[in-house]
Amino acid sequence: MTDAGLTTSWIVAPTILPAITAALLILVWRRDIRMQRIISFASTVALLVIATGLYFAVSDGETDAYRLGAWTAPYGIVLVLDLLSTTMLLLTAGLGLAVLIYAMAGWDQRGRHFHSLFQFQLLGLNGAFLTGDIFNLFVFFEVMLIASYGLMLHGGGAPRLRAGFQYVAINLIASSLFLVAVGLIYGITGTLNMADLAVKVRAVAPADQALLQTGALMLLLVFAIKAAFVPLHWWLPATYAAASAPVAALFAIMTKVGAYAIIRIFGTVLSDSADTLASLAGPWIVPAALVTLAVGAVGVLASRRLLDLAAFNIVASMGILLIAIGQFDVDGLTTALYYLVHSTIASAALFLIVDLIAERRGAVLDALVPANPISQTPILGALFFLIALAVIGLPPLSGFIGKLMVLNTTYDSPDVLLIWALVLAASLMMTIAFARAGSVVFWKAKGRTTGPTWATARFTPMIVVGFLVAASAMLTVFAGPAVKAFHATAEQALDTESYVNAVLGVRTNTEPERPITEPADAAPMLPAPKQEPARP
Amino acid sequence: MEFLVATAIGLMTAAAVYLILQQRTFPIVVGLTLLSYAINIFLFTAGRLVVNEPPIITGADSYTDPLPQALVLTAIVISFGMTALIVVLALRGFLETATDKADIPADDLPLDPETGI
Repeated sequence: MTDAGLTTSWIVAPTILPAITAALLILVWRRDIRMQRIISFASTVALLVIATGLYFAVSDGETDAYRLGAWTAPYGIVLVLDLLSTTMLLLTAGLGLAVLIYAMAGWDQRGRHFHSLFQFQLLGLNGAFLTGDIFNLFVFFEVMLIASYGLMLHGGGAPRLRAGFQYVAINLIASSLFLVAVGLIYGITGTLNMADLAVKVRAVAPADQALLQTGALMLLLVFAIKAAFVPLHWWLPATYAAASAPVAALFAIMTKVGAYAIIRIFGTVLSDSADTLASLAGPWIVPAALVTLAVGAVGVLASRRLLDLAAFNIVASMGILLIAIGQFDVDGLTTALYYLVHSTIASAALFLIVDLIAERRGAVLDALVPANPISQTPILGALFFLIALAVIGLPPLSGFIGKLMVLNTTYDSPDVLLIWALVLAASLMMTIAFARAGSVVFWKAKGRTTGPTWATARFTPMIVVGFLVAASAMLTVFAGPAVKAFHATAEQALDTESYVNAVLGVRTNTEPERPITEPADAAPMLPAPKQEPARP
Repeated sequence: MEFLVATAIGLMTAAAVYLILQQRTFPIVVGLTLLSYAINIFLFTAGRLVVNEPPIITGADSYTDPLPQALVLTAIVISFGMTALIVVLALRGFLETATDKADIPADDLPLDPETGI
């Protein structure tokens, strides 16, 4: 069937397109900011179109795999396309486009190579969402991080350098832990392909279980650093507050990569393996999420700068997201996906509106102290108000529905009282913090108005922020269809069997298991997993 | 040999952890480098320790696992690039702020909160 073949080939496009664009930008249009903008914009629009196309291609619930170099599944690297990865691709491309348009209003000129780094960042993100191989996931994490180091330092300055050093150091440690986990998992199972791993962990000898669990928990630790679990979150507020606004807005999706990886590895790959593994991540995630939410809310309340407010808001939103993920059932994941999309959009919008406010306040910048009134207050004030509603989770924007779904999902959980109390208390604390911030910035202002006049102000950035708020509103208006789509996504994400079939299904060789990956003398003998029926 | 390799990995990791916990940038960079060495050797052991065997199946009944070698190669390339980057970062930070402390200074709000000036 040519149609299916064509779709399969397109799976690799979201990684190839930004890679080629970034290389072209750096080689051909190094000094030409106008051409950089045009090419980068065109490429990101194309990425959005491709992501949309891929989303509709898999919307029937079929998982599709692309084998790089046509190597058969467990030996070569596969890219796997399902609803979860296309949802993330679509979110990345949409957010990327919004952030890019915002940056083109001036931020991209404050340092060199913004656009190529931006495209490399998209490459890493897309690759991490698509790959079906754990070591390849590590490589794409690194691509994503290398680009993020460059983007984070974009614009320069001593505070950015110092925060950047910490950010790079903590991520190098995380990468080392990732490699240890990869080594342990490979040493026990002899495979790094996620689908193959899902099959092989079921048959791991009892004596090796402890090592495998150590490996799996170390993976969780790595993803927890990315997702800013408390107490591994200390890098986040400093980094995000020091980064330039569009970069911080794009980084809103970087923490979600950690959340995605937890869903993928612990939801899809390890979910119905041996009993001991299945419940491995569960006991850790919900308590850590509750502490994360509490620390995030306290941080928001204690912030003395708008940027800290925005950064700790990300920590708090990761807490709520991880509470939902920690349920590890279809309803929990549906909630998690809805909240993930909502919080990515809302947190990014918050960073951008803070930047718009800060650039109008002169030397005070984003400090929460009374200062001069700022120009374009009606628009900025309204946008800030709406974004605050969205991130706190008050009606009518999508944060409210997301939080309601979290409360609803955890109703049957044994910790329902604790979760409800914390979620509601955190909402109250964030409401107070945002109300205080808004009134200091917009109402306690005295004296001469600062900032560009109506005639000289740039309106593109405001339109971008307005667009993000509109996206949050659309997520509310179309909450029904959205939740239905996320429900299908969650069902598919937890369905290990269909994932394995899609990746390994067309395997034709029937030679004994673990043919080349283990030296014969030391290999623990594994019983062969049951043969998957070949896909027609 | 297992004892030797395990001890080497353990010692290097211990030294790396000690160095990373220091306050200045240079020990942290050296610690991260040591950590990456330890990880590289650890990855090798994931394919079991086999001496004097080919990394391909040649019909002999014994061979060494080639995949961890590929993993180590990738890990070396990445950690080498990262080390170069963090050295530059540490140097730039030292040149711009005249201190090599790795922590972020506490005076994050330089403005007077009363007057806002």
